[in-house]
Amino acid sequence: MTTQASLPPETPQTSDARVVHVLEFPGGYTRSTGPVIGRFLTGLRSGRLFGVRMPDGRVLVPPTEYDPQTAAALGAADEDWVQVGPAGTVTTWTWVDDPRPDHPLDRPFAWALIRPDGADTALLHAVDSGSKAAMATGMRVHPTWRAERTGAVKDIACFAPGEGPAEVPALAPAGVPTPVDGPASDGEAELEPVSMVTLPHRLEYRLRGGTVWNHFIDGMAVGQIRGTRCAKCGKVFVPPRGACPGDGVPATEWVDLPDTGVLTTFAVNNVPAAGAPEVPFISGYVLLDGADVAMLALVSDVPWQEVRIGMRVRGVWVPDAERTRSVKNLKWFAPTGEPDIPFEQFEEYV
Amino acid sequence: MRDVAVVAFAQSEHSFSDLGWTEADLVMPLVNEVLSVTGMDRSEIGFTCSGSNDYLVGTPFSFVAALDTIGAWPPIAESHVEQDGAWALYEAWVRMQHGDIDAALVYGFGKGTVGDQVGISSLSYDPYYLAPLVPGHIAMAGLQARALKDAGFDVDPDPTPPPATDGAAAVILAAGDVARRVCSRPAWITGLDHRIEPHAVGSRDLTRSPSTRQAAARAGVRPGVVDFAELHTRFEHEEMLLRRELGLDEKTVVNASGGPRKADPIMATGLIRIGEAAARIHDGSAQRAVAHAASGPCLQHNLVCVLAADTASDLASEGER
Ligand SMILES: [Zn+2]
Repeated sequence: MTTQASLPPETPQTSDARVVHVLEFPGGYTRSTGPVIGRFLTGLRSGRLFGVRMPDGRVLVPPTEYDPQTAAALGAADEDWVQVGPAGTVTTWTWVDDPRPDHPLDRPFAWALIRPDGADTALLHAVDSGSKAAMATGMRVHPTWRAERTGAVKDIACFAPGEGPAEVPALAPAGVPTPVDGPASDGEAELEPVSMVTLPHRLEYRLRGGTVWNHFIDGMAVGQIRGTRCAKCGKVFVPPRGACPGDGVPATEWVDLPDTGVLTTFAVNNVPAAGAPEVPFISGYVLLDGADVAMLALVSDVPWQEVRIGMRVRGVWVPDAERTRSVKNLKWFAPTGEPDIPFEQFEEYV
Repeated sequence: MRDVAVVAFAQSEHSFSDLGWTEADLVMPLVNEVLSVTGMDRSEIGFTCSGSNDYLVGTPFSFVAALDTIGAWPPIAESHVEQDGAWALYEAWVRMQHGDIDAALVYGFGKGTVGDQVGISSLSYDPYYLAPLVPGHIAMAGLQARALKDAGFDVDPDPTPPPATDGAAAVILAAGDVARRVCSRPAWITGLDHRIEPHAVGSRDLTRSPSTRQAAARAGVRPGVVDFAELHTRFEHEEMLLRRELGLDEKTVVNASGGPRKADPIMATGLIRIGEAAARIHDGSAQRAVAHAASGPCLQHNLVCVLAADTASDLASEGER
């Protein structure tokens, strides 16, 4: 690519390593279900499958708030709801040799579209047939229900071959201990209808740092801040960019920058943040001498009341012996004690 | 409809492993290539639209980084779809129908090699009934392949996915005389339509693709000879189904480029179909070509683009003569 080809020959390709990047929403994403999906999921919690009648008389499973064909509203009236199954027929399927940890089963299984008896459409779920050879379109299956049901599609552990019986174990809501005496739960009726679902969410990536980023980090490892310059407009970007956002051309000339500059704006933060000194801490934009873009940085070694726009600052680095290949080598910026810079001189960079 | 043509197309040298390219690295050479091929200046581009998916690299607003490549300062008219670039092209084509701009830049990019494609595709499914099970795109294709096999079609019921790919593509659209000025043989868009089916795969007949059939009819695939077709077939069994719904006969050469089975830079794959079909017109090997792009489980959403060496009005005036 252009960026790589235009780098100076001595640019070291120090990192071929892939770093693991995780995208995660702790606790999962919560969503409201609306009345129709909520009613279906409430049914799952009680160990029953429901469908909703469409205007043409057919029964839709799993139900939605609208008719897939005509977009007519569905499920408003109680009589539109029909209990279906629990047994049903496989309408198509596909085999999974290597289940994932987030799959319903930890052994090879089939994904199948299953049309419950009394329904005219099919729902997707796992079939625990034991082997691919045991799977066939048209085969009869029945649900296997979990005891820990929360009103979610995984309340069905999986489907198993045959007519059943599809026994529904007494409800043992997650986190609620099953009583030692008496029935495990007769409290289903007391539970609120399902109105929310939570979808756990975690994706892993293996990323390789870009060439520009690697050269920047190699500089940071030896206490040198590096930027790139656009050949067309001459602007210097730090942290470096591979392209000039103004001109849309490669910005490939490397520039060594001093670690001194001017604070163009700042914020006093009273909420602790990872990597920041104790609260209150100052984050701000530092326009390094010779740069055309201010970089986000921490400001410290100064009482927060004394921080001001236009203050001259210098980088504070971790001791040589502690340096790593990381932006964290540059701890923060501290006042140099030089006179402040008049606002007019850096106004265009704010 | 205003006559709008694909006047330039560029795609990256797709990679099957992560080379550490940023969004800007992927897109910038292509944007500069399509500008240079047409001899157009950035100031002539009246609208820019891109297609990508932030989940591919797990970085919110990753599409913003790609804006570095297009010279977005001073501010430009720009839009983005969280979809394949083929739908970005659709938006740009609609925007050009307003009549006040004569050229638009479209690009799509994606890095399919760095993430978990089964997990990522599952997150695009309905979050109540499908996503919690994490079925993924390969299993969804398997359900459709098996349904076709059961219905008597000669397809492999156990489909394999295309190679995970990093790559990008860029296209310039131009209208009327601007298209004629910047391109010796513009690929005129004589029809462009997209249709969608219910998301729930269990409520659909997976042996048919009514959305493709409808989009093809509205885009005007027939009547007329189709020399080349570029189809968004990530799985082998989809070609037979799409050929049938598009009404293509055996004379139409499908995926002469190699198609998505050879390189699938997700979010650019569909735009590349339009670009490859247009390139057959640009180079004179086709008089008329069809491009198709798909999205969603089991070909849920289908876009059909008909490209021709003659505009619809050219053909109409020939008819009068
Ligand atoms: Zn510049």
